[in-house]
Amino acid sequence: MDVFVTIIQILDSTIRLATPLLLACLAGLYSERAGIFDIGLEGKMLMSAFFSAAVAALSGSVWLGLLAGIASSLALSGLHGLASITFRGNQLISGVAINFLAAGMTVLVAQDWFQQGGRTPSLVGGGRFESVEFPMAIGPKDAELTGRSVSDLMSDANVLHLVYSELISGHSILVYIAFLMVPATWWILFRTRFGLRLRAVGENPAAVDTAGVSVVGLRYAAVAICGVLCGIAGAYLATALQAGFVKDMTAGRGFIALAALIFAKWRPWHAMWACLLFGLLQAIALRFQNIDLGGVVIPVQAMDALPYILTVVILAGFVGKAIPPRAGGEPYVKER
Amino acid sequence: MTLMKSLMSAAAAVAMTAGAAQAEPALIFDLGGKFDKSFNEAAHNGAQRWANQTGKSYREIELQSEAQREQALRRFAEAGANPIITMGFAMADPLAAVAGDYPDTKFVAVDVTWLDAPNVRQIGFAEHEGSYLVGMMAAMASQSGTVGFIGGMDIPLIRHFGCGYAQGAKAVNPNINIVANMTGTTPAAWNDPVKGSELTKAQISQGADVIYAAAGGTGVGVLQTAADEGILSIGVDSNQNHLHPGKVLTSMLKRVDVAVYDAMKAGDEVETGVFTMGLAQEGVGVAMDDNNAALVSEDMSKAVDKARQDIIDGNINVVSYYESDSCPALQF
Repeated sequence: MDVFVTIIQILDSTIRLATPLLLACLAGLYSERAGIFDIGLEGKMLMSAFFSAAVAALSGSVWLGLLAGIASSLALSGLHGLASITFRGNQLISGVAINFLAAGMTVLVAQDWFQQGGRTPSLVGGGRFESVEFPMAIGPKDAELTGRSVSDLMSDANVLHLVYSELISGHSILVYIAFLMVPATWWILFRTRFGLRLRAVGENPAAVDTAGVSVVGLRYAAVAICGVLCGIAGAYLATALQAGFVKDMTAGRGFIALAALIFAKWRPWHAMWACLLFGLLQAIALRFQNIDLGGVVIPVQAMDALPYILTVVILAGFVGKAIPPRAGGEPYVKER
Repeated sequence: MTLMKSLMSAAAAVAMTAGAAQAEPALIFDLGGKFDKSFNEAAHNGAQRWANQTGKSYREIELQSEAQREQALRRFAEAGANPIITMGFAMADPLAAVAGDYPDTKFVAVDVTWLDAPNVRQIGFAEHEGSYLVGMMAAMASQSGTVGFIGGMDIPLIRHFGCGYAQGAKAVNPNINIVANMTGTTPAAWNDPVKGSELTKAQISQGADVIYAAAGGTGVGVLQTAADEGILSIGVDSNQNHLHPGKVLTSMLKRVDVAVYDAMKAGDEVETGVFTMGLAQEGVGVAMDDNNAALVSEDMSKAVDKARQDIIDGNINVVSYYESDSCPALQF
């Protein structure tokens, strides 16, 4: 039973760690499927993390914070679109610029607004996303009623109840939004006219243009969706997982999301499994400092590096080929 | 014309003397940043205290990358700053390279004790002694018999903290279970509160009900999650009791502020050599204030006071991780 409880706890941690990756990964999916490479996911998340925490701290409402986070991330998306769609600049350079801009601007504005050295005040009460307790799930309320600790109650519960209480219930609303976005993304991309055109614009924009559909309009739409999803990811980091913004708090998650996107070969369901896998690796690394496998000790550093190693393996073509959208990275020019 | 000339030379002379008299001290913060509510912030507080008392000013820089270390040192040295105070173990190599080139400039290195340079004041802290005391308090406050330790970047200094902590906890309860984790192996580990939170949750699920964070900005996440989940935490370097009143058991104080203040006060006359600040010199200690008064029982404070005296008198020997690069009480 103890082993089982441990596994459930690791999976619970996996879901929390995978959520920001999943949101950022889906954001990148929309953008890259439309032919706009985006390595600015990290910067957009960071910007949103700051503005969501700052507005939540000032207004006391986490929902206003979420809106502000999405708006700030959208603004960066617009910048990326302007540079790489309208002015046909290099998409990678624009993405790098966004990352640097976000890293510098967040700390600068935070210092000017709050004078706490580039961080926001700690969020309390309505300034944070609370976890959602499903009916019948074991939570802090039961613990209060019975006067026993939550972990105590958990160890007495049966398997199904445990899975329900720990894994399914008790996350913030943004986690459920993130996982619902997976079927939604699949449906939009593969079952709607908009999705068909969006995929086409990433493969062969000239054909879309010939059909009389605006390439620029579609690409801006994709980049905007990317901005919204990155905004939610940033807000999740700062207002649900944490209680405030700290400089550079995304800590490379935008790049792991990009790795997951390549690992998933630009497909929504695979993206979810890739993010869950990377989340699981992180969760295991956090839970066990060193893993002893019958005499062979795997150091924690190896676990930390595994997502990147897997991505390199995929890119090298060992596990099937990862072929990006054909028109990815190239600005569309109507006439030469 | 001659009048003009003499006026100008007079002005120049005034400017020169002003420059000479203005041998400002300089302070180089480590990558954690000036307001990490911990190690670097303690240095900032010490420097501010000196500035407020004397009305003088000092120069400062917050390093943003490894490459800036030597550059910042040379810039300050060229500009005539004296003494130049550096924070953190990672300044050792740049100091070794730069200090010899500026023999008239005094350098003060906090957390560095192994350099062979005549113009460097090297200040080490006996963190294991302070950590021993908070380890005792953790073991006394724990009801589950499991306490946690979360370090920042995995370096000998942080293991040094963890080792003292484990010895203190074992001194109170030999059967205690100590869960220890490091956040990472890169400097990013000092600023990843999300990972700090997740580590805290992992340790709580392993039964820990008091967690000691020696992790710079990452510790902010540890203390936050500990407060959210209703367990106790222990802060580090600065007094962090006020961050979550009634939820932070105590803080292991490392009086970096005193070290910086003293160095600035001494100015360019600062004494060089290797100095260690332990319990006896009040270089380390435990934070007791209104915010944690309700958490610290009388037994606890008595035991801590006794242990402090025993360590100073040499009756208790807290083993340093540096002695053999291993810890008798904890396996990392």
